[in-house]
This record gives sequence, structure tokens and C-alpha cells, in this order.
Amino acid sequence: MNAKELRKYFPILDQEVNGHPLVYLDSAATSQKPVQVIEALNDYYRLHNSNVHRGVHTLGNRATDLYEGARDKVRRFINAASTKEIIFLRGTTTALNLVAQSYGRANVKEGDEIVITHMEHHSNIIPWQQLAKFSGATLKYIPMQEDGTISLDDVRATVTPNTKIVSVMMVSNVLGTINPIEDITKIAHENGAVMVVDAAQAAPHIQVDVQKLDCDFLAFSGHKMCGPTGIGVLYGKEQLLNNMEPIEFGGEMIDFVGLYESTWKELPWKFEGGTPIIAGAIGLGAAIDFLADIGLDKIEQHEHKLATYALEKLADIPGLKILGPKSGKDRAGVVTFNLDEVHPHDVATVLDAEGIAVRAGHHCAQPLMKWCQVSSTARASFYLYNTEEDIDRLAAGLLKTKEYFSDVF
Amino acid sequence: MSFDNLDQLYRQVIMDHYKNPRNKGAIEDGSVTIDMNNPTCGDRIHLTMNVEDGIVTDAKFDGEGCSISMSSASMMTQAIKGKDIKTALRLSNVFSDIMLGKDYPDDMDLGDIEALQGVAKFPARIKCATLSWKAMEKGLQNEK
Repeated sequence: MNAKELRKYFPILDQEVNGHPLVYLDSAATSQKPVQVIEALNDYYRLHNSNVHRGVHTLGNRATDLYEGARDKVRRFINAASTKEIIFLRGTTTALNLVAQSYGRANVKEGDEIVITHMEHHSNIIPWQQLAKFSGATLKYIPMQEDGTISLDDVRATVTPNTKIVSVMMVSNVLGTINPIEDITKIAHENGAVMVVDAAQAAPHIQVDVQKLDCDFLAFSGHKMCGPTGIGVLYGKEQLLNNMEPIEFGGEMIDFVGLYESTWKELPWKFEGGTPIIAGAIGLGAAIDFLADIGLDKIEQHEHKLATYALEKLADIPGLKILGPKSGKDRAGVVTFNLDEVHPHDVATVLDAEGIAVRAGHHCAQPLMKWCQVSSTARASFYLYNTEEDIDRLAAGLLKTKEYFSDVF
Repeated sequence: MSFDNLDQLYRQVIMDHYKNPRNKGAIEDGSVTIDMNNPTCGDRIHLTMNVEDGIVTDAKFDGEGCSISMSSASMMTQAIKGKDIKTALRLSNVFSDIMLGKDYPDDMDLGDIEALQGVAKFPARIKCATLSWKAMEKGLQNEK
């Protein structure tokens, strides 16, 4: 794949910021959107907008076909067995909360265990903290290796027959670590636990095959994979979802409504209360077409290449410390670092003055920051439209930052 | 190297306070203790003050954060020491106005704080500058 060619589909990248051509290195927070997605949203509102599943009229049918068509695109994208297993929600956070509140409250009791890792994003920590408080279960953390990876021995030592849920991120939003989900799932299943996967940083960047992983639930967000904000997906195995209660009740999700009792629609709609996120799902469908055309394997290779190049390039900057796996082959396109005594906020402000967008802060992973003994870090994250030139600009910007603050220290 | 725009933010006075913070540490048995953090970025401040007869007789801060948040804390403690609560709170209001890019009354002698005026042009950094002031406000409001 040719990143330079692909950039032409992203109008936002063609602009100057603070007098410099924009270098966007914050795709782990949210990715930019190609014209194909912007046009799909535009077309939907200009030509097809209507509520779904109930209209007798033509627009209603068109909107329904587009919405349900997007569901099938998602199914193919993650290789799910059926569209019944694809639930459209607001994002990864909502999806993980649904699992914790519906499956969790029904199946986790006092004395049970919920197992997560130290590298999780807050959205894969707090729903489980709340579930542990609600149920009296224990929340346990799989420790991390020095290089920011998870050892399967530690997984085996932490997961026990009392464990009911194991929930792990597939790719770390801070370290870029790619976790061995297939192996962790096996260990969870051997102990009778269900496996939940936070794929927010995986789905945009590497091939996700839910049948190969054999995970029970998997969640991701559209906006990190070229789609619009406000749309995400929960995948769940049909037999598990069938036995789960909805957590939102109202229109759209009901079958029959009586004065005192009601029944729910079948899967997947029983979990989609209210008018669904129609435009968002259609936009996500367009994003999936865009990504599938390029090929996730190509995108993954491109990011490994960029990560390798970035690790090399940044290693030349004295005083720069990089967190996470040492090899670009072992990480997705995320490089998190600190520069001497210069605070990450100050780094990000100087880089911004050079037109380079990076993130500074705790990246919604406070327990991980604590584990790494830093209070905050700066992060550059790459996507299919980033080039080696972008990394050269980052490296040059960091040298300038160092120089700018050199008088102070 | 020319960074005209940045120089408005990182004034020499600010960097001096960052490098050599005044009133760094904690007052043992301080009469007012406030912990505050900025949940979006992880900056945190531990502020201790002694208030006697309505006067802030001492103030110290500890914490972690960027040059703007730490220098602002240093200047804030410097500014309120010896002031009565009302004046300290008024100063805090004026500081909020400065962060919004508003003018401040002529009778106010801001001293080093004046150097933080440039922060108003960097919206992403305003919360860094106001953290310690919010902590001080919270602490003194309970003392009124």
C-alpha cells in the first residue's frame, strides 16, 4: 500500500497548522476520515434519511437496507458467524459496560473473580470495578513484564476456576503491545470463564477474526478506524447474547408491549433500544469498505514499518525514553515516550507550534502510568496515511523541543 | 531559534519559577490542606496553607505537572502569602479573567503573575495554569 497515495482521500490532512503542514500523529485517539466515509454520511442525509425497521415507505426501506447492510459488513470484517452477533452501540465504552451490566450482573457472584491487566484503558477497568463492587467479586490484575508485554505464565497464575470473566485489550493504546488473545482465551475457557476483548486499538490496525480468537465478546469503536464518532460494535457469541437481558429499554427493542409486561425483539435488536445510530452505522460500513479495499494485512505491515522506523529515529534523540516493546514488529503503530525533564504537555505544545499533533497525558490508563512509574507521557500514533516523512518531522520537532528547553535545565 | 509564538507562553519568569519553585513542600500541621488534580492530564497539586485571623500567613505546594501548572502554583503561593482571604480570593478571580484574555484592574499589582498572561492564547493550557488557583479558592472558601 502507498500511504502517500492514500493521503489524497483525507482532505483534512491537506492543511497548515501554525504555519506548518499538518502532521497528524494522534490516530489512536481518533483517526481521520476519508472522503468515502464523509460522502456516505452526506448521501445518507441528502438522499435516504428515514427511520429504520418500521417505515412502509421507500425511504424507510432504503435506510433499513443501508443500516442492516452495514451490519453485514461488520460481520464480514471480524468474521462473525451471524449478523445476530453484531450489535451497534455508541462505542467501545458502551459495549464493555453492556457486557459488565448484563452478562456480569447475571453471572458473577460473591467469591468469583474478574481478571484484567495493568495495561487496560479506563473503559476496560471501571465497568469491572463497578461489577466487583455490585457483586462482591474480586477484581484481579495480570501483572506485566518489564517490556510491556503479558506472559502466559502470569495469565495461568492469575486465572483460576473461580474466574468468571477475563477481559483484556488486544492492542495497548499506550505501549502498542499486541496481546496473545487467542492463547489467553484458551486459558480463560479452560477455567470456565468467558473472554472479553477490548479491540478498540486492534480493529483499525490488524486483522480481527472472532472465530479464530474464539473470544466470547469483543468491542470496538468506529471513529478510530476511519468511521464517524458515536458508533461502535459489540460482538457476542449468539448463545450468550440470547441468554442476556437488555440494559436499555424502550422503542425499537420490543416485540410485544403490555401494560405490565413486555417481551423483547430477537437478536441483535433487543440490545438496540431507541432509534439506532443509523448514519453512524452506514458511515462505519463505508469505512470498512475503505479498509478492506486496502487490506488489513497491508495496513498492519505499514504500521510495523513505521513503528520500526520511529523507534530507530527516536533512539537517536538523547534523553528520550520509549515505553513498551523494543521491536517495531511486536507493536502496533503507537510510540509513547518522555523527553528528559521536559513535561509531556510542554513537549506537545512545542510540537503543535511546529504543526505536529501528538497527545500528552495519561491516555486514559492511570494504572498503567503508575505501573510504569510516570505521571504522564507523550504519544505519537500512526495510521495508514502516515509516512516516514511524518516521523522525520516528529524527530526534528523533538530536537527543537529539547533545544528550546535546554536553557531551563 | 525563533519561536515567537511560544515565547509568549514560556516567558523567562515562568521558566525561572518552574526551575526554582518558591514555597515548594508542605506545611506540617497546616490549617488548610487541599488536594486537587486535573483528571484529563494527570497533573496534581497538594496545597497546604496556614490561616490565622483571616490572613494567609503561609502557603506551600507539592505536586506534579508541566511548566505552566508548577510555575503558576509557585507564583500563586508567593502572591497570597500575607494577604487576607478576601484579597486572595479576589486575586483568584482576576487570574481567571486573565486566563480568559480579559483586562484586569489597574490597582492590581500582579508581579510575576503577569507573565502568565500569554497562556490565554493557548486554550489547551489554561487548565494547567488554573489548577493551583482552584485549589486555593476551594481551601479558602471553607475558611470564610
